[in-house]
Amino acid sequence: MNTTLRIDQLRASVEGKEILKGLSLEVRGGEIHAVMGPNGTGKSTLASTLMGHPKYEVLGGSVTLNGEDLLEMDVDERGRAGLFLAMQYPSEITGVTNSDFMRSAINAGRGEGNEISLMKFIRLMEANMKTLEMNPEFMHRYLNEGFSGGEKKRNEILQMMMLQPKIMILDEIDSGLDIDALRIVAQGVNSLRSADRGFLIITHYQRLLDYITPDFVHIMMQGRIVKSGGPELAQRLEAEGYEWVKEELGIEDETVGQDEDAFQMPMNTTGPKIR
Amino acid sequence: MNTIMMSVDRNQVLESFRADQEPEWVTAIREQGFRLAEELPLPKLEKTNIERWNLGTFGEIRRPAQRDSLKDAGGATSEWIDSDNALVQRNSGIEFQRLAEELRGQGVIFTGLEQAVREYPELVKPYLMQAVRADENRMTAIHAALWSGGAFLYVPKNVQVEQPLQALFLLDDEEACFMPHVLIVAEENSSVTFVESAVSAVSRKHDQFGIMEVFVKRGAEVHVASVRGLGKQVTDMTYRRAHVEADGRIRWVVGEMNAGNAMADTASILQGNGADSDAKVICVGAGGQHMNLTTRAVHIGQFSTSDMVTRAVMREDATAIINGITKIEKGASGTNGQQTEKVLMLSPKARGDANPILLIDEDDVQAGHAASVGQVNPEQIFYLMSRGIARAEAERLIVYGFLAPVISEIPNDRLRDRLQSLAERKLGQA
Repeated sequence: MNTTLRIDQLRASVEGKEILKGLSLEVRGGEIHAVMGPNGTGKSTLASTLMGHPKYEVLGGSVTLNGEDLLEMDVDERGRAGLFLAMQYPSEITGVTNSDFMRSAINAGRGEGNEISLMKFIRLMEANMKTLEMNPEFMHRYLNEGFSGGEKKRNEILQMMMLQPKIMILDEIDSGLDIDALRIVAQGVNSLRSADRGFLIITHYQRLLDYITPDFVHIMMQGRIVKSGGPELAQRLEAEGYEWVKEELGIEDETVGQDEDAFQMPMNTTGPKIR
Repeated sequence: MNTIMMSVDRNQVLESFRADQEPEWVTAIREQGFRLAEELPLPKLEKTNIERWNLGTFGEIRRPAQRDSLKDAGGATSEWIDSDNALVQRNSGIEFQRLAEELRGQGVIFTGLEQAVREYPELVKPYLMQAVRADENRMTAIHAALWSGGAFLYVPKNVQVEQPLQALFLLDDEEACFMPHVLIVAEENSSVTFVESAVSAVSRKHDQFGIMEVFVKRGAEVHVASVRGLGKQVTDMTYRRAHVEADGRIRWVVGEMNAGNAMADTASILQGNGADSDAKVICVGAGGQHMNLTTRAVHIGQFSTSDMVTRAVMREDATAIINGITKIEKGASGTNGQQTEKVLMLSPKARGDANPILLIDEDDVQAGHAASVGQVNPEQIFYLMSRGIARAEAERLIVYGFLAPVISEIPNDRLRDRLQSLAERKLGQA
């Protein structure tokens, strides 16, 4: 059966503030969707809500993965159902080695009595680490502890390659990466492309999309998707910024859920150009 | 009115040791202990009132039969002992001991302390009850009066002992007195690792006042690992204290896994220039137990260094007061003392206090501390669960991860496994 993640009129809040205001999107196996938008428009909220972070409360709408109600599932059930979130800020966990953690995660997916053999596991982990140009010693390091920003991001992609999920959400995976790391991360992502896997790539830079070509590009503002298109949309955003989208749609403030009296950083919404 | 020694018959105790040809100078220490026990107060502990612990159930001196092999000793013994060089104390006396010929040939002594005071008085007398003194408080006085069995480890100058020497202290007679004394002397430029554990199988109240004294001479290195796994009925009160001379090193790894109330005070007195101490303590509290755990480093020598780490996991109604004391004396310039105390709370009814205390009388020093008391981080749980790991397993990984950096330091496989399984039992997962 082909993979389908269907988000329909999703509404969600964090700390009592409604952030997602009726978002609809369908991601099918074989497709790469990029969700772009300025800061504060609800992109990361979408990622965390789909994964089931306890801070985010669903107010309405529905999400199904292959027809099953995702919102009814606990976080670990979503993981085992094939949803994966590569996080912007992965946790550091002292005393739990990267390999022990990975093996627990793989075995959780395979179920009791069907655990992966140690040899097979080590071979798999070593091979994937090689693809990501990670130092083999990271296998025995404590999970994300003392990892640089780039190492943490690679470790997220490593987990994704190990777990082979169906729907992969990448939340600002490109932030804080230099060009080399970006290329390696993209290589890892591209190696997972297949007809039964879908991607939802959240970013506010076009940069990553130079390496991972999306099939669909969506612009998020005010907690919903306001415009969708093909890869050419991302290129136009890169060249012209978001102002034209706001003008076209008559949007004055694209953000959502911000305190009105809070100081707003003036922001170049296209981000710094690294060339 | 001091009633703590009412259960003990002074004359009977002294007679029992005299019957074993104990030297006069040791009997004199016991007599002094009895006298001081009447005069001195109990130790004052930070935020713990041990007057309420009703201390005073000590039992009488009861010695086990000597065994020639570890198998005969039976019971828990074989689960714990994993060394060719081992000593087992059951209740008030030594049941089994062995030391490899090779080590004996090098002049290493590893034997019961009662035997050592008779056979090696010239090596024992300068040290016994000198790092921890009988006149410190009522507890040390009672220990001086009642100690029995015990271990004496002596390593001559320039001798490096590679394999850990192991002692097991076992209480399984409700009427027996159980107060081991461990004395370690490491001469100049020697090195040795001593691992010990204390376990019990009794169903009535019992109080244990233990002392470990370690003398680390110039350039010597001593590693001590201690796993306390005494039962619910036993109150475990222990002083561990090392005197470290110039360029000497002491390393402590302590697993406080007792089920009953416990007090432990683990101290390094860094007497010489360049002396170094490293102390790692873990503790799991469960049930209604109260614990007061102190690690100390006292810097006297210049350029001496210390690092202390305590990690405690508290569940159910348990209470732990965790103290770290870094004391830097005037004149101890160039020293560096660091400490960290972390408490992980698994239940709203558990209580944990982390008290870092820095007492510094010298300007040219570095000292640092970090302390935290908190619950399992929900972000960490979310992260692990998002990879498909069930909540209970995620919590287990995080709690064991919290303890792992200390457990992994235990220098003996068998003991490390035992500590791990004691921790699992106390965490309610075995």
